[in-house]
Parts: sequence; C-alpha cells; structure tokens
Amino acid sequence: MTADRFETDVDRALADAQLRKNFAFAMGSFILKRKAVFSDAAETERLRTLGNAIKQSALSRLPELLEQLEASCTRNGIRVHWAETPAVANRIVLEVIESHAGTRVVKGKSMVSEEMHLNAFLATHGIEAIETDLGEFIIQLNGETPSHIIVPAIHKNKAQISKIFHEKVPGAPYTEDVAELTAIARRTLRRRFQEATVGVSGVNFAVAETGTLCLVENEGNGRMCTTLPSVHIAVMGLEKVVETLEDLPPLLRLLTGSATGQLVTTYVNLITSPRREGEKDGPQEVHLVILDNGRSRIYADPELRQTLQCVRCGTCLNHCPVYTRIGGHAYGFVYPGPIGKILNPQVEGLDKAGPLATASSLCGACEEVCPVKIPIPALLRRLRNESYSTAPDSAVLGHGCRQNLTERLAWKGWAFLNTHPRLNRWVTALLGAFGEYLPPAGPLERWMRYRTEPMFAPKSLHRRIKEEGLTDE
Amino acid sequence: MSDTARDRILDRLRRAPRSELPRPAAAAAAAAPQRAAMLARLKSLLEAMRAEVHVVPAADWLPRLKEILRARSIKTLLYAPDTGVGAELSAAWEADASGLPDLVPYGGPVETFKDQLFAVDAAVTTAAGAVADTGAIILRPGPHEPRLMSLVPSIHIAVLPSAAIFPSLGDAMREGRWSADMPTNLLLISGPSKTADIELTLAFGVHGPKELIVLILE
Amino acid sequence: MTQESPKPSKVYFFSTCLIDAFYPDAGLAAIRLIEREGVRVAFPSGQSCCGQPAYNSGFPAEARAVARRQIQAFREDIPIVVPSGSCAGMMKHHYPKLFAGENDLPQAQAFSGRVFEWSEFMVQVLGVRLEDRGAPLRVTWHSSCHAMREMQVIGHSKDLIRQLRNVELVELAHEHECCGFGGTFAVKHPAISGALVNDKVDDIQRTGAARVIAGDCGCLMNITGAAAHRGLPFTGQHLAEFIWERTHDG
Repeated sequence: MTADRFETDVDRALADAQLRKNFAFAMGSFILKRKAVFSDAAETERLRTLGNAIKQSALSRLPELLEQLEASCTRNGIRVHWAETPAVANRIVLEVIESHAGTRVVKGKSMVSEEMHLNAFLATHGIEAIETDLGEFIIQLNGETPSHIIVPAIHKNKAQISKIFHEKVPGAPYTEDVAELTAIARRTLRRRFQEATVGVSGVNFAVAETGTLCLVENEGNGRMCTTLPSVHIAVMGLEKVVETLEDLPPLLRLLTGSATGQLVTTYVNLITSPRREGEKDGPQEVHLVILDNGRSRIYADPELRQTLQCVRCGTCLNHCPVYTRIGGHAYGFVYPGPIGKILNPQVEGLDKAGPLATASSLCGACEEVCPVKIPIPALLRRLRNESYSTAPDSAVLGHGCRQNLTERLAWKGWAFLNTHPRLNRWVTALLGAFGEYLPPAGPLERWMRYRTEPMFAPKSLHRRIKEEGLTDE
Repeated sequence: MSDTARDRILDRLRRAPRSELPRPAAAAAAAAPQRAAMLARLKSLLEAMRAEVHVVPAADWLPRLKEILRARSIKTLLYAPDTGVGAELSAAWEADASGLPDLVPYGGPVETFKDQLFAVDAAVTTAAGAVADTGAIILRPGPHEPRLMSLVPSIHIAVLPSAAIFPSLGDAMREGRWSADMPTNLLLISGPSKTADIELTLAFGVHGPKELIVLILE
Repeated sequence: MTQESPKPSKVYFFSTCLIDAFYPDAGLAAIRLIEREGVRVAFPSGQSCCGQPAYNSGFPAEARAVARRQIQAFREDIPIVVPSGSCAGMMKHHYPKLFAGENDLPQAQAFSGRVFEWSEFMVQVLGVRLEDRGAPLRVTWHSSCHAMREMQVIGHSKDLIRQLRNVELVELAHEHECCGFGGTFAVKHPAISGALVNDKVDDIQRTGAARVIAGDCGCLMNITGAAAHRGLPFTGQHLAEFIWERTHDG
C-alpha cells in the first residue's frame, strides 16, 4: 500500500458525510458506555494494571505456555496445529474441512480469520463459509470487509442495512425495523446452523493450565458454530494464551467493559474438549490452529512485544479521533485504528503499511483507555524511528524504508540550527522580517490548505528579552 | 531432528531476549458479601440484561414454573429426565399435566434429534451456580443435560439454588475447583441473546434464546 | 515542590520555539506574571527547542542533540518553567526515555525533575491570586493532549481562568478530542489534520465564546489559523497573555 493510496482512501472517507455521521455517532456512544461501566477511576486503574501484568507475565513465558496449552489440549482430545503463515493456516483448515463428508461451513467472528483471508481462500476451493455474527453477515452479503473489530458493520446505518437485506436475502421484504431485520437474520442463519458440518471460530483466550478455549459473545452464533456442527475449528493468534483459569475474570471484565460497555457478555463459552462418551451434543472433533504470521518476529523485540498484549477489545478505535473520521476501511489492512497502526506495519512490513504509523497526532487517547496498557504512542514513535533507521540489524520488517536525503538533511539542518543559538537567532530574525514572503510550497502549502499563514513575530522573544534586560542566569 | 512449523515457531520465541515476569499477586480477598445482597445484585443485573427473574421458596418452584408456562402458551418443553430437576418435573407432570406443555426429553444424539430440538418452544435446565458481581448463571452441560438445551429453544428456563451464588467468577472457580476437572463445555449466561450491530440499537433473540427465565430457589 | 515548600527565589524560563518565533508576547506575559509574585526569572540565551518535532518524526538522534543543548543551557538546580504542556511533557516525561543508555542520562533525569508547566507552577508553587480588571467576556478553553494526558495540568489552567471574576468560562463539548496539530502530523496528513481542526473550530464556535484560550501555541496556531481561514470571528490567546491582559495595571 502506497502513501498515495492511503491518502486517496482517506480523502474519500473524509468526503463521505454519511460515513462520518455513522462513525461519529457510534464512537461517541462507545465512549459514553465505557465511561459508565468503568466509573470508578481507582478501581479501573487497578484493573488495567492487573490486566497489563497478566499479559506481560504470560508473554514472558510464551513458548512454555504454548507448549503447556498444546499438551493440555491434546490430553483433552483437541487437535493442535501450528501455522507460520496465513497460507499454511488456510491449508490446514481446508484439509480438515475436506476430510469430512460435508463442506457446509458456518463461521463465528474472528479477526485472525480475516488476517488469513480465510473466506476468500475457501471460496477458491468451492467452499462457502457463512458468516453468522450479525455484523459480519451484513458485510458478507455486501462483499465488504469489517470496518471495526467488534461491530464490523458500524459504518452502515439502518437504511443502508435494510437495503442490503432486501436486495441480498432471498424473500426479505424492505424493513428498517431492527427487530424485524434481526428476525430475518435469525431465520436465514438458523437453517445454515442446522445444515452445517463444520464450524469455524476465533478464540478470545486459551488457558494453558486446563487446555480450555474461552469465547465471548452476545448473539449466540458462536455457540451455534462451536456446538452444532460435528467439527469445530478454532483459529487463534499465538499471543492469546494465558496461564490459568483465574487469569480470565479480570481479563474478561476488561475486554467486555472496553469493547461494549457491559459487565459481562451474554455468553462466556469455555470449551475444553470434543463430545465425550455419553454426551448427546457438541462437536466430535475440535481443532485448534495456532497462527504465527509475524508474531514471533514482533515477540523478539521486548519493546514491540507489547503489541502482543492486545485483547482485541476495539476501545482504542472508539477513542481515536483519526479512526472516528476516516472509518475502518481507509486503513487498508486487516486491523484498523491505533492497534492497526502498530500491528499491520509489523506484520506486513513498514514498507507496505508504513503510512499508518505516521497517520497519528500521538494524542494519547488510545493509551489512556487501553485495558492492558499498551503504550501505543511510544510504539508508533518506535516504528517511525525504524522507518528511517540506518541500523542494519533491526528485526522490524521493512525498516529503513523511508530513508531519504531530503528529510535527513532537513532534520540535520533543524538540529544544527537548534544547537547553534546565534545562528538560530539570526535565522529567526530573518524570518521575522521576511517570513511572509516564504513561497507556499511543501509543508507550508499543506498547512495552508486549511489555515491562514502563520505570522512570524517581527521580534522574537529572545530579542525582546534582551531589550527588556532580562538576564541569562 | 524434526523441523516442523511448531519447532520453528517455538524456537524463534525461545531465542527472544526475555526475563520471566512473575504472575501478578492475587488481589486481597474481599469480605464475602451477605447472601441476601448477592441475590439482590444477581437479580438486578440479570433483569438489566432483560432476563426474567423469579425468587421462590424451593418448595414452590414447580407451581411457579407451571404459571410461567401457562402464561406463555408453550406447547413443548425440552427437559433432562436424568437430573434432579428433570425427575421432579416428570413426577409433577405425571400427577397432573392439564394445560401444560408436553415434556420432551433430549431423546438421542443431536444428529438424530435435531429437527425436534429446533421445534421445541422452550427448555428447562439446572444452573450449577451463579456469579453475583457481573450477573451471570453458570451452566455445566453434560451427558444428562446437553449443551444445546440452553441455546436452541426460544425460551430458556434455568433453575438455580440460591446457595450456589458466588460473589465473583474467581470465587466460583476457586470454590468449585474448576481447574482440577473442566467439563467439555462450561457456560456463563447473563441474559437472552442480543445484538447491537445495527446502529447500536439493541435487538434480542438473534441466534440464542429470546427469553431467559431464571428461577432462584431459596 | 508543592505549595508547602517555600517559593523559589529564582526560576528558569524556557520559551519554547513557537513562542519565541510566533508568540513572544505570550512569553513576556508569562515571565512578568512570575516576576510579579516576587520571583526572579532567568532566561538562558542558549535555549532553543525541546526537540519534540524530531522525536516524534523518527529522528531521535537529532532530537537528542537538541535536547542535550537545552540541558546544558539550564545548569542551575532551580525550577524550569515552561509555557506549554506539550514541551513540558517532552522535557519531563520523554527526556529520560530519549537519554536511556546515554552517559548523560543522570543529567537528563535531574533536568526533567525540575520541569514545571507554567500554570502548574503559578497555581501549585506560587499559589497566585488574581484580580480581574477586565470587562465581562465569554471564553472557552482548549486542552492540549499533552497538557491533559501527560502533564495533567488542565485543572491548574482552568483554576487561573476561574479566578477572573468577569470571565465566563464555557467548556467545549469535545474537550478531550485532539485539535489535529500533532506537530509534523499536520503537514504529513493534511486532510486528516484539517478534518480534526475544523471539528475543533466548530466546537469552539458553538460555545459562542469570543476567544479560545490555550496553554499550547502549537494548538493555538492550528486553531486560530483554521478559524481565520474560514472567516470565523473568534480569536485565540495563550493563557499567560490572557491572564496578564486581564490583571495588570495600565
């Protein structure tokens, strides 16, 4: 993705008044909901500190915990697969599906499956994976990708969704009544659940101690996908493992409160094994696909490793002034928002997703609310450093890709000026006298697209102070 | 030496510079709240999530259940005959089932029972416990009480002994010693199925039950 | 240093590069208001910029070179008062990170420990009391992101404004939202920055305030530039300049 394409997508999003209205409304609501459910500042701070500690402790033992998870899952009858890349993960999923009689697949919401572009891959093999989360269902009908981690269709308003249902769901009348739209989705998908042979899901947390997969949801489609079909395939990023069951309550509280402003989701689904002897339902086979896709490379850097603390709550998106205005699709990669700005460049390479790391004013709104205290602005700064870094041994993919003579000279010039006070005063005086004649080119032109020209003071403060007689020491 | 994806991934992780960070200290255990306070909180949170909550003396739960069923013109009620609740139901229906739905046992594996499962109006299950601070009931499906009972029918009725209400999820895990022996599937349920995916407007009964009715037995 | 400790007899003043070049009156006002409380102000002529522009743009070595110069210019162990939450935040919270692993890390840490944002210093250390001599006026306040989140001095800034009897302070509906300046962000991503500043300007306009007061000149330049571009009537002023205008004789 080039800087130009990003700018084009941004411009289009900014010009879309309906989009901006939809996002402004939705993000504003999320901000208020989160405030309400985390109203006790001291308790919230305690929880966030705890969430950060749990995640950091687990990450510090990641390989050991993954081994323990695999052993526990295997003991329970869950088949564990490892995939270094999305391509490998897709092949594993395909093989599991094709090794069974039926290939009707239903899917719960999973951002990792988006990373894998799983649906598109399965489609090339003649397998249709039906999205069952209402938001995902809507965008699948319309051939789109999710624009938010938690509410994938948030960029659409009711009228837009009604139109999609009417045009794309066979037999659906045009209605803007939310209860009726929901009923249409329920009817349509219920049939799919009954016919499905394979259910695919993500994983919110995987507990190493007991080999348990923890999934949270409000709709019930996740439980349908993981209980009704005879095969359940769970896909997860390798950073999702936690050590014990008791790590779950604080993380669930943080995730749920941050994602939707609730105390608890409608369903917390703890899966530990396939159907056991004597049980009448549940999948006969449960598979867990552990995906790397660059995470082990991110892990290698202790500072950037913090990226992997993310619990995918989406609250950084909700509080980001940039995301609120450009929406999720303009980011151009799987993960939008602040987490997307640090994750996508590290997975795809700074050369491919680099513009994302600069498209932030470093306002810090995300960091303030992140339930596991990821220092997003610091990591953005780090990625910016890496973009220009001349150090040969950096582990960050695409490092040094933005090196260019113009910027290097500009900053060296800036540093020279600001370390040579007399020269600095002389240049400032020059600008004070002639600054208004600077041609509106480059940065000045971009500034002046939305603002009047900044006016240099005829006499700088240094000069005025000298005239006032204030002393150095 | 095998060089699998697993080995390569774990190897890369092991080679990273790291120092083991200790697990965070467990928070000081809060004083256990009074039973009455926990029940009140549980009821209030469940109701806020649009569940219907009835607190009844243990001896009265069947008459209350019958009232609930009659009020809704429910024709078929899925139940688990091999549970305590199920056995009491069977006995009560045997005595007098006038105006009440037909009891339907989860007859066989879901592969053969599916059509009936999707056709029943309601299901009644036990609740193994509940969590007061976040407002959720705990279900432990098993051979006697299959998982889909609390998911497929439009109405789910759960019978919860009030003694099994825990202050928090952590307490439930510790006192129940969950980590020693996890069931196939363990569930927390806090209300009827819902979504806010359309303009953040709440809608109920998306894929799971449209109604959750909790009978808390004192 | 708190209100309990004695008032310092002398402090340093760090102008910030923006005040030096664009808003010298704000700098002078800030200095005069400190001097009025009986505190001597020293202004090292060797100062220039806190280094934040390079630090945020991916050029830490250049930022460090400039930061080092500032640390060397402010040698005495006295408070350093900074009329900007953004620059104060840079010096207080980011210098230790910028100098991690460097030989002069201890000097950087010592320097950082002496940094105060101007309104924080006026309220917390000097306990200033203000007497409003101006005509009735409605203003609104813009919180810079760093003043809010890093330095957490907004309470002090508003305290100063609220002491002015004839000034009506109306708060912004979206006070917590970034104005879109972000240093080089404004020129690297002009469209997004433009969208942010225009929303901020709309928010200010809706308060009916004649003037927006801010503690950061980057934000001020951004907001007033956008307002003027749109021909809107409200003006902007740095907090120190505003306080001086309202409270000095003659």
